[in-house]
Amino acid sequence: MTPMLEVNAVSVRYPDRAVIESLSFSLASGQIGCLLGHSGCGKTTMLRAIAGFETPAAGEIRIDGEVVASASTMLPPEARRIGMVFQDYALFPHLNVTDNIGFGLRALSAAERTARIGEMLALVGLEDECRRFPHELSGGQQQRVALARALATRPRLMLLDEPFSNLDAELRERLGLEVRDILKAAGTTAILVTHDQHEAFAVADVVGVMVDGQIRQWASPYSLYHQPVDRHVANFIGEGVLLPGVVNASAQIEFELGRFDGPTPAHCGVDGCRVDVLVRPDDVQHDDASPVRATVLARAFRGAEFLYTLALPSGQKVLSLVPSHHNHAVGEEIGIRLELEHAVAYVRE
Amino acid sequence: MSSRLLPSRGVLCALPIALLTVVPLLVVLSSLLDPQAEVWSHLLDYVLPGVLWNTLLLVVGVGAGVLLLGVPLAWLTAVCTFPGRRFFGWALMLPLAMPAYVLAFVQVGLLDFTGPVQTLLRSAFGTSAWFPQIRSTGGVILVLSMAFYPYVYLLARNAFLTQGRRAIEAAQTLGMSRRRAFFVVAVPMARPWLIGGVTLALMETLADFGTVSIFNFDTFTTAIYKAWFALFNLPAASQLASLLVMFVLMLVALEQWGRGARSYQVRSAHAERIALHGRLRWLATLWCGTVLLLAFVVPMMQLLVWVKGVWADDFDARYPAFIGRSLLLAVMAALLVTLLALVLAYARRRYRDAGTHWLVRLATLGYAVPGTVLAVGVFIPVAWLDNVLLAALRPFGLEALAIFKGTLAVMLLALAARFLAVGFQPVDTAMQRITRSQEEAARSLGLNGRQVAARLYLPLLRGGLLSAALLVFVDVLKEMPITLMTRAFGWDTLAVRVFEMTSEGMWDRAALPSLFIVLAGLVPVVLLIRKTES
Repeated sequence: MTPMLEVNAVSVRYPDRAVIESLSFSLASGQIGCLLGHSGCGKTTMLRAIAGFETPAAGEIRIDGEVVASASTMLPPEARRIGMVFQDYALFPHLNVTDNIGFGLRALSAAERTARIGEMLALVGLEDECRRFPHELSGGQQQRVALARALATRPRLMLLDEPFSNLDAELRERLGLEVRDILKAAGTTAILVTHDQHEAFAVADVVGVMVDGQIRQWASPYSLYHQPVDRHVANFIGEGVLLPGVVNASAQIEFELGRFDGPTPAHCGVDGCRVDVLVRPDDVQHDDASPVRATVLARAFRGAEFLYTLALPSGQKVLSLVPSHHNHAVGEEIGIRLELEHAVAYVRE
Repeated sequence: MSSRLLPSRGVLCALPIALLTVVPLLVVLSSLLDPQAEVWSHLLDYVLPGVLWNTLLLVVGVGAGVLLLGVPLAWLTAVCTFPGRRFFGWALMLPLAMPAYVLAFVQVGLLDFTGPVQTLLRSAFGTSAWFPQIRSTGGVILVLSMAFYPYVYLLARNAFLTQGRRAIEAAQTLGMSRRRAFFVVAVPMARPWLIGGVTLALMETLADFGTVSIFNFDTFTTAIYKAWFALFNLPAASQLASLLVMFVLMLVALEQWGRGARSYQVRSAHAERIALHGRLRWLATLWCGTVLLLAFVVPMMQLLVWVKGVWADDFDARYPAFIGRSLLLAVMAALLVTLLALVLAYARRRYRDAGTHWLVRLATLGYAVPGTVLAVGVFIPVAWLDNVLLAALRPFGLEALAIFKGTLAVMLLALAARFLAVGFQPVDTAMQRITRSQEEAARSLGLNGRQVAARLYLPLLRGGLLSAALLVFVDVLKEMPITLMTRAFGWDTLAVRVFEMTSEGMWDRAALPSLFIVLAGLVPVVLLIRKTES
């Protein structure tokens, strides 16, 4: 089966610099992908190139098998049959909710259009607001109008550019799940761009971590967290520290918190290879009986748990996530135990 | 690489429009490069000393006058509470509807020796010799200050509303008295706005032709007019215009600086107004009321009284022609300027290169250039073109004195240059409000360029285009020097009629065309009031 979206070795260059260099990925029909990265990493440029608002300098973009951008082809945005949700929603201020949603439906008959708008209003739960104008809606409602407007034309591919960044934190999380449900219900293939990993994990099936115009890792949220391919991805995704260790003769990794079997990094078969081991806060468990002791340096209360910053005897810091009934003061010494299913280690640079 | 050398498409759009302003300016300025000894010696001996001194007096006097009137009124209505505060807040903008030359002849008619005020005084006290002479430097300054203070009032009020009260509160928490805080904090903070208001008022002052004619007070504009129409000395008019342009460009630089230094803050909704107590309350009311009476209510009533007196005799068959020409000119200029403004605003949005940016700024410079200067700057190249064409066409049997000279087209060109900025502003504001993402959203929903224009741009720009057309319409209706100097002989409009009646001192007969102009002028002021007060 052809993927719904194929990006093959695409480069986008501005006069002064290259924003995207030879980027490739693909999305299967019905999948929700995400480009995740800091601002300036090129993720929005990639999205705009797929939409047709940027012209790639090299490479090829296919939607549902059709070439929309290549060295010889450049289909204008209006001919790509895509839908887009903008960061500022870009609702049309002179039109009410119904007319905004119906804006792209002028090819339909009046009756079909009314029916389609009705479906969309029901899908996003805005039947009661259908006569309102954009400025009379809350941020979350505007967001849903933008989504409905883009979905109404039954796009082959939905593009969402930082769609939640103008909403407050609580709403962001709820709407993320809601949008995922709406997209899944409509069976739409979509690609989301964000700098917020919680958003990416909540909405997407597959996430690409972007750095300097390249995708470092294209994987499910679960593997991004548990098996980041390099230190950059490890640092970017989730919390954690890198502890120094050494590979011993029996290909085990030894470090301050113990000795672990585990895949040693490539290029590191040799005895004595120096590595850094990724230790996540949820890997470090509180255990009063443990012989390994650590001193509490700082603590952050998160409701259900504490995030403790601990100092190991060597002075090395680790993070530990502990259920919140274990209330320890700063300066106290507590026992900890490492729970690692498999170590993730990188060759020391 | 060669594409870097070619002008962008934005430049190609904006350049012809910018030429409307740039050509007259360059024509006028180029006369500086070609000083003619005999013209200059005449100017230096007979014209310049008086004109320069008068201009200096006007700039200093009106500058101080508009500040003294505008700033306290703005502070009172923006920050304090006193009886009638809400009413005065908007009513004090009403004088904007009255052209300075109308206010001028009404005040002269009221306060002159034979006017009702001095007559009344004489019948009460036997003499009015002690009454100050209205036809004096002080009189011109007073009238122009009353006509132009709304510029300072509007901008200062905006500054005080957005940041005044909060700043005063901050200063008070730091132990400063309110009075001290006004001078140490509020006024300095508002400085860029005040400079903006004063420079606009001074541009109008330098451009003013009607008022100073009525007062027989010689300035550059009247000197240009006399050099051209009384002495038939176009080079002298052009030399004078070039000097005036130098003054104007200094003001433009000052105004641009003030504009750049303005940083807008969100209006703070919850700052307490300063409640005036006891006698102060009523003094505030009295002061606002006096300014409103003198600058608008009394002149308006006097106009009506005069019109009532002359209506039956004077409103004859010529008036439909005056009104018809005024309307024709105003409607055509409004349509032309709105169209040009639309092109410029679109070019600025679409092409963001430096060339387009600067051409748009040049094109909208005309608001600062006095009408007399533009009239000279447009007339000279048109007359030259006429001569060239006539010489070329004579062999073919064409016998005429002029081709373009004195045509409506030339008037429209000069008027368009003068009022392009007036029309550009509302269109550009509306254009800026359409975000790039809205345009892209329309494209991603399957609309091509033409459909985006029809279904997104047009409906969203409608308001801006309408107010551009309305503002230009009213400004052209009021406009005096360009119309006067570039019209064909006998092609009189309402404003020209005002000029002719006032030059003969017939205030009551000048009141009739003035009333039409003032009533039309009220429309945009009412719209402005509705916008600022909502």
